[in-house]
Amino acid sequence: MSSTVTSDPRTFHRGGRELPPIQGGGDDGRGGGGSPDYGQRLRRARLGLAVGITPVIMLFVSFTSAYIIRQGLPTLDDETNRYIHDWLPVNLPWVLLLVNTLVLVISSITMECARRHITREAALAPVRSIPGISLGEEKSFPWLGLTVVLGLGFLFGQFMAWKELADRGFLLATSPSSSFVYLLTGMHAIHLVGGVVALVYAAATALVRRPVEARRIVVDITAWYWHFMALLWIYVFALLELAR
Amino acid sequence: MASTDLVHAHAAPQGFIRKYIFSLDHKVIGLQYYFLALIAVFTGMFLSLLMRIHLIWPTAQLPLVGEIKPETYLGLLTMHGTIMVFFVLTTAPQSGFGNYFLPIQIGAPDMAFPVLNMLSFWTTFVAFVVLISAFFVGGGAPLHGWTGYAPLSALPNAGPGQQLGADLWITSIAIFCVASLMGALNFITTTLDLRAKGMTLMRMPLTVWAWFITAILGLLAFGVLLSAGILLLLDRNLGTSFYVPLVVVNGQVMGHRGGSPLLWQHLFWFFGHPEVYIAILPGMGVASQLISTFSRKPIFGYRAMVYALMAIGFMGFMVWGHHMFMSGMSPYSAFAFSLMTMAIGVPSAIKTFNWLGTIWGGKVRLYSPMLFAIGFVSLFVSGGLSGPFLAQPVLDIPLHDTYFVVGHFHLIMGVAAIFGIFAATYYWFPKMFGRKMNETLAKVHFFVTLLGTYAIFMPMHYLGMAGQTRRYSQFTEVAYQTKLIPLQTFMTYAAFVTIAVQLVFLFNLFWSMKKGEKASDNPWEATTLEWTTATPPPHDNFGGRTPVVNHGPYEYSVPGAARDYTMQTDPATAPVD
Repeated sequence: MSSTVTSDPRTFHRGGRELPPIQGGGDDGRGGGGSPDYGQRLRRARLGLAVGITPVIMLFVSFTSAYIIRQGLPTLDDETNRYIHDWLPVNLPWVLLLVNTLVLVISSITMECARRHITREAALAPVRSIPGISLGEEKSFPWLGLTVVLGLGFLFGQFMAWKELADRGFLLATSPSSSFVYLLTGMHAIHLVGGVVALVYAAATALVRRPVEARRIVVDITAWYWHFMALLWIYVFALLELAR
Repeated sequence: MASTDLVHAHAAPQGFIRKYIFSLDHKVIGLQYYFLALIAVFTGMFLSLLMRIHLIWPTAQLPLVGEIKPETYLGLLTMHGTIMVFFVLTTAPQSGFGNYFLPIQIGAPDMAFPVLNMLSFWTTFVAFVVLISAFFVGGGAPLHGWTGYAPLSALPNAGPGQQLGADLWITSIAIFCVASLMGALNFITTTLDLRAKGMTLMRMPLTVWAWFITAILGLLAFGVLLSAGILLLLDRNLGTSFYVPLVVVNGQVMGHRGGSPLLWQHLFWFFGHPEVYIAILPGMGVASQLISTFSRKPIFGYRAMVYALMAIGFMGFMVWGHHMFMSGMSPYSAFAFSLMTMAIGVPSAIKTFNWLGTIWGGKVRLYSPMLFAIGFVSLFVSGGLSGPFLAQPVLDIPLHDTYFVVGHFHLIMGVAAIFGIFAATYYWFPKMFGRKMNETLAKVHFFVTLLGTYAIFMPMHYLGMAGQTRRYSQFTEVAYQTKLIPLQTFMTYAAFVTIAVQLVFLFNLFWSMKKGEKASDNPWEATTLEWTTATPPPHDNFGGRTPVVNHGPYEYSVPGAARDYTMQTDPATAPVD
């Protein structure tokens, strides 16, 4: 395969609209000589995220349908040889879960602050790079770090909730309802861990002197994913509490 | 997640490993998928050969497996189905050719997320290795078929292959789901965001439309299969009862209570039916592309073809219950599923008639890609016509566990999709490798394969109506079934011939890479963007040029034009040669 590096600006066309020229291709967004087009990359990353959360939604849709159908199913009791309803409603430790929910919602707000902060930084970056221009030092607050701490706090809170359920005798395989409680909360926690990893990565990129525009993209889509995780948790909590 | 952590300076790599192994180039990744599918298809075919030999010589000593016991037969059946459905029919037409040609056909320099693209190939590769390893663990391959019905699939002590083999099977499927989701994400983002100037949606080749809609189907379906697999793994390993009711295995009461085997069927077929379309839609795209090109006529009803693809994709999500008529579902549900299933015949017929309408009155050039495209239509019709039979519960119930169903789905999903892959291989080989495949060998390959597959799968419909049960490893013990063995013998001989001619294809493929006739940049005089660039395409696909699209994808024999095809990049006015 011959190797040619793109050097001409190329124009992409999306949905019939003409867009500013970008360089190179794929997610590199850079060509042989030009500077990367961050606007293009941001839009593409956001589109990718929107597409990427679709299967996560499908995963929870299918768990939800299984949950609702299982609730209504009768079970053959081997002692009496009769069909019985064996769905035992699980009393969730809802005070603890309410606190967790609050922690996650606050983390979503701090995440949004981090997103807005870096958006402003990225917008000002070209101005800052002009020699002789000083915008003064902006107060920087470690919003990302705070979000990571709150995220980990939420996970710890979930762990405490599972522990409390286990102490009450509700283990994963105890009853159909307890299986679903662990399944839904556990799958949400696994997806949230993915968000924490992305956050740590976003924070780490700040240390390796990546351009602020590139870091902004990581923070931006992590933020949207994080908001999605908060909404998903509220959904899971509501489902478990309201459709017991 | 698809993010800028995938940002990578994506210049042409120089080292062997970055160029051919962990390549970010969608063309290399497409070929990797293709060759993975090639290994998979020969593996799957070898397993089917063992099964066919066993059916007529039950006591024969066979290579690698010795004398086949009933559980070995079921293991072969499971692995054949799984390998073929996931690693051939899903991998080659969509991930293989889609990866290679979707970006080029829309005028993009690469996929939207090249690193994700590489990851999705290697994840698929890992899934394949995990699946194959099920043969080599204690107990061997699982017995539960490619559909993995619970409770058989959920109970490790239900049979020899149900121990570690079944865990590996589920793990492989779960990994494959993740890989497919990454692939679908890339296909959708690329199609929406990276089209060249002038490449409006209604100027996209029908291949691109098919890959795009297939990616949407994959995005919605594989998440559900993943959820089904997670529940199955929990049932098997952590004692939950999602799928397993109170059951007794070998006299022993299992600890499960109250699970629903039907839940697995619903979740599995909610994925499983769209999966049928994931396998066949890319073939439809290729058939449309080739029939138009080799008939030297615009495709008949381009917009109707696009809307029919959408309709098939959409309705494909509403018919999964027709796989479950045997489950004792309410007759009202069965009626709804039945009606919806027969309604899919409408967009399918639109496509078929449009293909015929395109050939009608065309200056048909019967090169091997065109022959395979016509073969695709033939098999699609033959396999499709038995669909409305099986869509009716009253007919499906007696036919469901017979060879009738095996014949039906092999023709329409298996062989038709494989013909799509062959057509695409012969058509795009000159672009991928700069040489043409040998035409004489290709025609031998076509005619023997077409007749051979009909000889294998048509008699299955008769066998089914005569009551021959599927999944049985031996027919010698039941009087009415032994009378049908001569027909099974005929089918096995037909399989020998058909498989032998695939070796001719394999020889032609590798021989032509080195020794085939050199091809020009546009040997078929086709119009889409891949034929405007060098052969093989450079790293960034267009060598620094920016394609600008002025024409639809199928402008053949335009009145007043200087030649009988107008490239998509030709100037907007009538082209001059």
